[in-house]
Amino acid sequence: MKVELIDIHKHFGPVCANDGVSVTIEAGSIHGLLGENGAGKTTLMKCLSGYQAPDRGIIKVDGRTVAFSSPAEAIAAGIGMLHQDPLDFPYLRILDNFLLAFDRRFVPRRREGRALLRSLGERYHFDLDPDAEVASLTIGERQQLEILRLLALGARVLILDEPTTGISTPQKVQLFETLRRLAKEDGCAVIFVSHKLEEVEELCDRVTVLRQGRVTGQAEMPCPVSQLVEMMFGRSLPPLERPPVERGPVVLALQNVTIPSYRLTVEGASLQVHAGEVVGLAGLEGSGQQLFMRACAGLERVTAGSIHIDGVPMTHAPYRRFLDRGVAYVPANRLEEGLIRGLTLTEHVALVDRKGPFFIDWAAAREDASRRIERFNVVGRPESIVEALSGGNQQRALLALLPPNLRLLLLEHPTRGLDVESTQWIWQQFLARREQGTAILFTSADLDEILTYADRIVVFFGGRMSAPLPAAGTTVEQLGYLIAGKEA
Amino acid sequence: MLKKVLLGLIPIAGALLFTTLILVAVGASPWRAYGNILAGAFESPEKIADVVAAAVFLVLCGVGMCVTFTAGQWNVGVEGQIILGAIFATWVARNVPWPQVPLLTLMMLAGMLGGALWAALAGLLKVYGKVHEIFGGLGLNYAAQGLAIWLIFNPWKPADGATMSGTDPFPEPAWMPTLGHLRVAPLAVILALVATVVIYFMLRGTRWGLELKAMGKNPRAAFVMGVPSTPRLLAAFAVCGMLAGLSGAIRCSARYGRMIPDIAGGQGYLSLLVALLAVSRPQWVPWIAFFFAAVGVGSPRLELNMQLDSTLGGVLRASVVLAVLLTNGARMLLARRRARLRGNLSAEEV
Repeated sequence: MKVELIDIHKHFGPVCANDGVSVTIEAGSIHGLLGENGAGKTTLMKCLSGYQAPDRGIIKVDGRTVAFSSPAEAIAAGIGMLHQDPLDFPYLRILDNFLLAFDRRFVPRRREGRALLRSLGERYHFDLDPDAEVASLTIGERQQLEILRLLALGARVLILDEPTTGISTPQKVQLFETLRRLAKEDGCAVIFVSHKLEEVEELCDRVTVLRQGRVTGQAEMPCPVSQLVEMMFGRSLPPLERPPVERGPVVLALQNVTIPSYRLTVEGASLQVHAGEVVGLAGLEGSGQQLFMRACAGLERVTAGSIHIDGVPMTHAPYRRFLDRGVAYVPANRLEEGLIRGLTLTEHVALVDRKGPFFIDWAAAREDASRRIERFNVVGRPESIVEALSGGNQQRALLALLPPNLRLLLLEHPTRGLDVESTQWIWQQFLARREQGTAILFTSADLDEILTYADRIVVFFGGRMSAPLPAAGTTVEQLGYLIAGKEA
Repeated sequence: MLKKVLLGLIPIAGALLFTTLILVAVGASPWRAYGNILAGAFESPEKIADVVAAAVFLVLCGVGMCVTFTAGQWNVGVEGQIILGAIFATWVARNVPWPQVPLLTLMMLAGMLGGALWAALAGLLKVYGKVHEIFGGLGLNYAAQGLAIWLIFNPWKPADGATMSGTDPFPEPAWMPTLGHLRVAPLAVILALVATVVIYFMLRGTRWGLELKAMGKNPRAAFVMGVPSTPRLLAAFAVCGMLAGLSGAIRCSARYGRMIPDIAGGQGYLSLLVALLAVSRPQWVPWIAFFFAAVGVGSPRLELNMQLDSTLGGVLRASVVLAVLLTNGARMLLARRRARLRGNLSAEEV
């Protein structure tokens, strides 16, 4: 089955996720879709699989124009998508999960389903026990179940969105083998969405690279890695000249820290950050940098190693002690973790004043709010509820709420979604804080931002942290290699 | 402003229309039915006093529930908290041989303590046992009911044998004085109004109230901003339980003069509806409670004069609540749709 996507546009409010993307995927091939986070890969695939409709553009399957209004319509036409998080019911058995998808009879035929599940499993060498609960499976096994389910539904085009995140190496080998068999023997079209160069190199016949919602290149594999890196991250600009930094004493010290989570465990992370220093954390989303940052803020449980702030042991200290020591964390998802929907700016100002009096002086809080609004150029009023502000103004409001004289400032994607002017203005504020002796740690998907503003850079890949690199003399290309898990 | 008032009247008109249709369907005259309810509630000073006395319990529990609603918690355990308040107050009434003023004071304080402890238990189950507060609250309601019946049938059984009509009457000083021959206790009314005013200012003017509001709207962001979530959550439950327990103590002291098995009498669930209508605004609670109490006191008249079932009053109350919730839901949907048309929603909200 051949799929053509022609001039696909998709906007989310002011954000343009796909801006005229055209890709053709041939039957019997494995097509890689490569790009950074936020490049528009998942949006494009969701348009193809009926999850959302494109604003504009044409989708053709075997030359016929189609328009899906739901994933069910897409799968009926033979297009199935495997999501980053498997869409299953953890507390049902494998068999019931499998049957739920396509046996719409009032009393499902379990015997037939079991036979079909077994024969498909044998064919693709997936060893799944039909009576096991899905909750007891690894992510890799849940993926296998999902693939079988899609095939049983008649999928001839299989989309896999970052399928190798969180699965073991043998499972990966097996998955790749299955995908090859599906393409070469069964003539399916396989779309492999990834940001990992190595996997794309190993598996794909053809690659399309997206950046900021546009196609920046297409190539037959094999293709030199340097060419792919350039298409993914763009040409590197020479980093700006920065005045030499006066490094103060060590503010944050991590020694051999282990931070466990369901998906990924960060292990053996060690780092020292000095007062007045800016350290950039590079890496693709979910490589461990967010966990690391949250652990530095006291928001993540640490199972081994130690964390010191200004020489005071803080490894197992509760979050509020981190706040008391002058640590501040600015999360990326502003309306989920940073601001509170339904509360006004004045209420936010009163709320962050943790040492404030029990009886709130609303007149004073309102005045304080207007002062901060003015200083941080927030387009809004003290009575504005935060969700009424635009994204850039929410970010400014979030910064306006930070207390003065911080020791450690942790910033997650501080300028994501902001225009160039706002980005520069916001970094001016951060650099001013650095001069007052605040240590700054930030993550960003924009390598130029990291190279421009960081003094040192650490790169995360699969939960491992690289040794710190000096930003001066490092190029976008070198970082691109490290981020994609290759030695430079 | 006028538009807002008119919008607020839509659900009430809708609910009246719905009950009117039911009345027409069973062949009764709607005018006569509503007239009977009104007359049943307001025809004499005695009736009005009954309405006020019934409203007191709804005000206390409803105002308490505004606190837990603000903190984003569904405290459906109010029924059990009323019972525990009554149990604690009964213990004091039976065991402390003091004169009236100190005894009543101690009974009210004991009632507040009992309700607060029972509510805090629901909070502890939620925080440390990961039991959702709705399930914890319902379970504790049954436990409280069982405890009350056990006490009445065992340690507290009257000399001439235990019955569902409860314990022996309290000694004279444990009765809350009523206004002449009317069945309303002025002290209870004062306590309910004081509670309303205090909670109003607590929620509106203090850090504590602001922190509860922040937690209710976004617990994660509130935590990141440094709100001590666990103590605040437990305190919200305890304050609500305190007021529910107080209403339980008042019920057994002023209304029954003894402990009975059905001491809560569904007031906990009814006040949940009151708090839902008030949308966590304590200043609205007394008015809504008064309306609910009037319908409750007035509807038995339907049975006497029109051979209609008195549960029609319940239908009227419930349809007002449903109509208000429905209008709010519809308004929210419309607002979202308008926002989406303007393209103002971000990706994750679509």
